[in-house]
Amino acid sequence: MIGLRPMRATGDLSALPDGAMGPTNVVWWGNLGFMLIEGTAFALAIGAYLYLQSQSSSWPPPGDRLPGLLWSGIFTVFLLASEVPNLWVWRRAHGRSASGVRRGTFAMALIGLILVGLRAVELDHLNIRWDGDVYGSVVWMLMVLHSSHLITDLGDTIVQSVWLYTHRIDTDQFSDVQDNSEYWTFVVLAWLPIYVLIYWIPRLA
Amino acid sequence: MTGQASPTALPDVRAPLLGTWRDAPGLRGFLTTVDHKRIAARYVLTAMAMLFLAGLLAVDMRLQLSRPEMERMGPQGFNEAFALHGSTMLFLVSVPVMEAMALWLIPLMLGQRTVAFPRLAAFSYWMYLGGVLMLWIAHALDITPDLGWFEYPPLSGPAYSPGHRADIWAQMITFSEVAALAASVNIAATILKMRPPGMTLARMPLFVWTMLVASLMTIFALPSVMLVTSMLISDRMVATHFFTPAGGGDALLFQHLFWFFGHPEVYIIFIPAIGFVSSIVETFSRRTLFGYVPMVLAVLGIGVLAFGLWVHHMFAVGLPRLGNAFYTAASMAIALPAGLQIFCWIATMWSGRPRYATPMLWVIGFIATFVIGGLSGIMTASSPLDLQLTDTYFVVAHLHYVLVGGALFPLFGAFCYWYPKATGRLMSERWGVIAFLLIVGGFNIGFFPMHLLGLEGMPRRIYTYGPDMGWGTLNLVATIGTFISAAGGLVFTANAWLSLKRGPLAGADPWGGATLEWATSSPPPVHNFDHVPVVDSIAPLWMQESDLPVMTGLRSDLREVLITSVVDAIPQYRQKSPEPSIMPLIAAIATSVLFVGSIFTPWALVWGAIPVAAALTLWFWPKRPRATDGPFGVRRS
Repeated sequence: MIGLRPMRATGDLSALPDGAMGPTNVVWWGNLGFMLIEGTAFALAIGAYLYLQSQSSSWPPPGDRLPGLLWSGIFTVFLLASEVPNLWVWRRAHGRSASGVRRGTFAMALIGLILVGLRAVELDHLNIRWDGDVYGSVVWMLMVLHSSHLITDLGDTIVQSVWLYTHRIDTDQFSDVQDNSEYWTFVVLAWLPIYVLIYWIPRLA
Repeated sequence: MTGQASPTALPDVRAPLLGTWRDAPGLRGFLTTVDHKRIAARYVLTAMAMLFLAGLLAVDMRLQLSRPEMERMGPQGFNEAFALHGSTMLFLVSVPVMEAMALWLIPLMLGQRTVAFPRLAAFSYWMYLGGVLMLWIAHALDITPDLGWFEYPPLSGPAYSPGHRADIWAQMITFSEVAALAASVNIAATILKMRPPGMTLARMPLFVWTMLVASLMTIFALPSVMLVTSMLISDRMVATHFFTPAGGGDALLFQHLFWFFGHPEVYIIFIPAIGFVSSIVETFSRRTLFGYVPMVLAVLGIGVLAFGLWVHHMFAVGLPRLGNAFYTAASMAIALPAGLQIFCWIATMWSGRPRYATPMLWVIGFIATFVIGGLSGIMTASSPLDLQLTDTYFVVAHLHYVLVGGALFPLFGAFCYWYPKATGRLMSERWGVIAFLLIVGGFNIGFFPMHLLGLEGMPRRIYTYGPDMGWGTLNLVATIGTFISAAGGLVFTANAWLSLKRGPLAGADPWGGATLEWATSSPPPVHNFDHVPVVDSIAPLWMQESDLPVMTGLRSDLREVLITSVVDAIPQYRQKSPEPSIMPLIAAIATSVLFVGSIFTPWALVWGAIPVAAALTLWFWPKRPRATDGPFGVRRS
């Protein structure tokens, strides 16, 4: 306490709200930070794929089959369609509807489970093993990277849904629902360049 | 938004705040604390212990090289020594200690009670400690990485490095990078959303600017090394072919991804040091920093340019000439903002009334040493010259001049500068000067001859050399220098240790500082500030009248912090700050089990994820009343 300056009150903060949503909330910025980290990892993995492709005389290397289009197509359409309920949940959170976010996160958890199932079938139709050659390695790296995000957000959504059904919901929790919903959009958007890269670039090249 | 309070007496909230923000006593408090000062202090102390161990390795290597044909170490022992020294210094000392200083200082400089995510700060430390234990327990078990601080394949691949030495190195990196990323997100969110009312972006202390830039750089650079080391582990464990030419892979991909991280990392270490130097120069020149806006622009410029330089670590691998020319130009361009900063510091001292206390001496030692390192950097940036100098002792000299001179000297200055704030006591000036002279003098005697040895062709990473090479005398001089600076390190440490009890009482503001951390007591109370300071200039404690304008109204009966807007720092809402919790430690242990397991079996990624998920769920489970509506609501009877 030695040498502390005297203080003079110039304002009072007690009338401020005790919660906030969206970019006003500090947690939103933490979420953004982790999306930037993971987005950078996606971008670098995509760069590694293109680099390896550029170093190879034919892509995929002779003898490798191209990955199947059917299940990956179904997965991609379903993933894009999941944005409709996802944005609905976001709006219910924005409108502070307790029943809306409860039902919405439950629906999103079910959709996530279906998508993880579809992803498992998709992995079965890549037509290459990770230890076959470098093409197989880098395709599997991108798939594992994306799948881990899919599973992480599914886990998050399930936990969130259970919590929302059993507890009273206030501003911070509506904000959490929005953050989770935005993270899902990130997982959807991250898939699009990877999908084009894995399934279409080798066919177009 | 904010009402006008009467200018009468402030409510006395100190006693309730002390109770609200207090840790549990004893071991429970130690393991559960989320106090940013406690976490940062153990971060700094652990990094200092690592610096000591890495320093011992340096002394060991210098003894081995002091004369030709010494046989006290064999080639394997020497490989292990430099691999352990470099890996420890880069991953377990330099980056973490800067993050740690920020975790300690940023909330104090912002007049805040804590960081944005206190539990994440605790998790960050425990993960860092996991990395420390990963490397050094493995060393105790004789599974020491032995391929330097960047373990290039194919040497580090499954064909040439059987066993787990390379895996230990790669997974130690995962630990330390998770820790650094967690700390960086925390620091960036704290800076962007928790500045005191009035501290617009244009009024941020330069140290805060440097930590914002360093945190953003960390966010964009570190994923690269995590990706590349994961690819290496996967090549080694599940037979992928990223870096094996036989399977179509490309060993150079490793170098590209490694240096895409590795070069920015040098600046992630150096940029916080710019912040230390600026704080010290300002206080001890007794004037605000000359050229604040150009300094901020220079820091941003370095942050951007640092991502365009990585290929200059690869001039010798045979890339296209045009590429080499581009990276030569980019590497030389970064000398412009770095030079501009040096001129701004000199101008601040020139036009101020400088006081040459120990922290300021470190700044002068930094400028002299770093300029030499910068000049040898311009030499190695030139790709034709680099072809001659690469892998020689010239590079060893250069990298130590920029990293020790450019980052550790400012860190030592910062340590002396903020020591009284952290401990309430001043360090001895006399012993401080002696330590400074020994360390800086010994450093230059130790490393300057290495420039000459490099020009004479002495390669780095050799465990001995023949007497006919003529390198004996300069090597002996270098070893003597190392011992002198090691003695200085001991004096520095003893000074810090003894001053804890014997140093004169510092008071709140022993140096007459300009920034908010000097407005609270030394050491600060658990909640840092009784009330929220208000800022109206870049040097609030100098520009304001004798009394400090504050805002009242944050709760004192529960942990609450003020959140403000990103650009103008206008108060927006009161955020609940989490209570102490054991969950960050449990989550870190679960993550450690996953990481360690995954160098033995890929299935660890599956079964190891279950405890991690459970720990994170418990960590984030909000404590709120049960629902009274909905299908699972508790009905009131």
